[in-house]
Amino acid sequence: MPRHTLSVLVQDQPGVLARISALFARRGYNIESLAVGTTETDGHSRMTIVIDVDEHALEQITKQLNKLINVLKIVEFDDESVVARELMLIKVRADESSRAAVLQVVELFRAKVVDVANDAVTVEATGSREKLEALLEVLQPHGIKEIVQSGVVALARGSRAMGDHSLRSADRTA
Amino acid sequence: MAEKITGAESLVRSLENANVEVVFGIPGGAILPAYDPLMDSKSVRHILVRHEQGAGHAAEGYAAATGRVGVCMATSGPGATNLVTPIADAHMDSVPMVAITGQVPGPAIGTDAFQEADIRGITMPITKHNYLVRDPADIPRAIKEAFHLASTGRPGPVLVDITKDALQARSEFVWPDTIDLPGYKPTTKPHGRQIKEAARMIVEAKRPVLYVGGGVIRARASKELRQLAELTGIPVVTTLMARGAFPDSHTLHMGMPGMHGTVGAVGALQQSDLLITLGARFDDRVTGRLDSFAQKAKVIHIDIDPAEIGKNRIADIPIVADVREALIQLIPAVTAEFDAHNREDLTDWWRTLNHWRETYPLGYDIPTDGTLSPQYVIERLGKISGPDSIYASGVGQHQMWAAQFVGYENPNTWLNSGGLGTMGYSVPAAMGAKVGCPDKTVWAIDGDGCFQMTNQELATCTINNIPIKVALINNSSLGMVRQWQTLFYNERYSNTDLHSHTFPDFVKLADAYGCLGLRCDRPEDVDKTIEKALSTNDVPVVVDFQVHRDAMVWPMVAAGTGNDEISFARDLAPKWEREED
Repeated sequence: MPRHTLSVLVQDQPGVLARISALFARRGYNIESLAVGTTETDGHSRMTIVIDVDEHALEQITKQLNKLINVLKIVEFDDESVVARELMLIKVRADESSRAAVLQVVELFRAKVVDVANDAVTVEATGSREKLEALLEVLQPHGIKEIVQSGVVALARGSRAMGDHSLRSADRTA
Repeated sequence: MAEKITGAESLVRSLENANVEVVFGIPGGAILPAYDPLMDSKSVRHILVRHEQGAGHAAEGYAAATGRVGVCMATSGPGATNLVTPIADAHMDSVPMVAITGQVPGPAIGTDAFQEADIRGITMPITKHNYLVRDPADIPRAIKEAFHLASTGRPGPVLVDITKDALQARSEFVWPDTIDLPGYKPTTKPHGRQIKEAARMIVEAKRPVLYVGGGVIRARASKELRQLAELTGIPVVTTLMARGAFPDSHTLHMGMPGMHGTVGAVGALQQSDLLITLGARFDDRVTGRLDSFAQKAKVIHIDIDPAEIGKNRIADIPIVADVREALIQLIPAVTAEFDAHNREDLTDWWRTLNHWRETYPLGYDIPTDGTLSPQYVIERLGKISGPDSIYASGVGQHQMWAAQFVGYENPNTWLNSGGLGTMGYSVPAAMGAKVGCPDKTVWAIDGDGCFQMTNQELATCTINNIPIKVALINNSSLGMVRQWQTLFYNERYSNTDLHSHTFPDFVKLADAYGCLGLRCDRPEDVDKTIEKALSTNDVPVVVDFQVHRDAMVWPMVAAGTGNDEISFARDLAPKWEREED
């Protein structure tokens, strides 16, 4: 199933995250990634939600989300017109013998080391999902102790902003 | 600076400002502050019920009969959780309702305090919206928004949970002039181009059907529906939620579609080439198996909730609008098409429809052993009490028979739990309807199973002079479940015998509650028993109609099958094709 990225502008009120995540759960849809944060406007939060669903389910989800009183606007991004990034912290084994090799990989991927111990380094990497997967694959032979990952955050390319009417609303019938 | 009042006073003043005339509820610890100023309110009447579920269904019955917002109130914890069933019920059937609950004091929230339950979290999936109010200054705005949300767009329940300390603290009372809900802008006006397209499709259809749902009643669009039907001569089917939206006596009415619909109504949908869907949602009880439902039909779908359009069935012409406003524009658009001499001849379609109607009318068998037929009781009740009465049913066989045999002529006269299927709805809903419409005769048509879930509200009725009438269709069993056991479980009647021809003695129970209790178990006594009930208006009446337990609801589309597999009696399927006459 194709992956879809929704950007959901909501009123920043207690319980709004629960309303949205519960809606996905009770309608039987799985959230692949979700990130929430403040926006340029006081009192508004913006969620970036990635889901793996077909077109019919996507339409239902956006319509049901739009029914939530605290949801202000939903925009669906297509892959070509979006900048999408996620952040990953990776703790990888790196002793004297392997540290140079690990650091070289970090450099190649334009990631950075944010913590060093005798036998491990912690790497901070941002990028597209594909880039982060590639980084993990290269680091794997050194021994990954743990990883932690943020949800995807995404913005439309170009000068348009979510408040502009020019961005297509994801609700197709309204 | 204006005088400061308590949150409790602010709540009561807000209810007065929202023109609330009645609240159904029960006090308790956390909501207690609100009950003190409520006692002094000149315009808000509080009716003390016996169970919070009764308060919720009474608010629903009031709302369904009057079209106004029903209000119920309960305390925190168990008081609030007892409202969950009626709130879910109102959510499924789009009933405008505001539920107000007390919550433990703000500092105690999250500590598992006595009678603490996260009712806002619990009701998130079953309310249109809900609030937790912790500041007394926020109470008027929350109440104003709650009534606005409950009654506009697609109606539904809104819960306002208020902490006890917010009810006790003081603030200045300000009733907001405006409503600021930037994320809530229901579309009520139809799109003109879509209306034109719909009109064109309507006049070109050879086998059109008006598929009418409960939205027509909520939108008060019965008059406009009738205009469109009579203008076009298109057959009408009314779903369980829409009974009364179009007169049963009208020649264009094919009856109720669905699992227990008439063969004519089911056939009309199945064989149609155009469904003009008005405030209906292609519920599984109407469509049967979706992939075999009305396969040849195009769909015009008019609904105020965009999420209903395309949910179960793709619409060829989606129209998001208030159905009344859409009809008001559709009627002249269709007239214009007719004026341009675009009109299909529906004679052949009607010949087919009339053939089904004549060949497979609704009917039932009279037991040969002299026992009472439940359908006969309900049919006589409808005839004698008439279409100006209000009928509220429970859930099960008696509900289906009441939908089939009463005969409805007016909207808001048939109240039932269609979506959630809540046993126990009938008595409290009838009570709420009677409070809202004191001059009307209000019948609860209830089953013996349902009745034993909520009949304690008879005390509320007697004490508060709410003289409802209960027609208890007592077959001594959980009848619909028993019917399925008969048909699908080899007549193995596991746990469906309620023994209620003997226990309890419903006449004594009625008497104990201060009601008139009557019993009837012979066909020849039915009319005079109903007349006796109708002539008793000083106290509630309970009639224990002890009926034959093997009666079954027909026609029937078995669960999981397609509508083409409808049986109009056991093992008897209709023929759709008309033999050449």
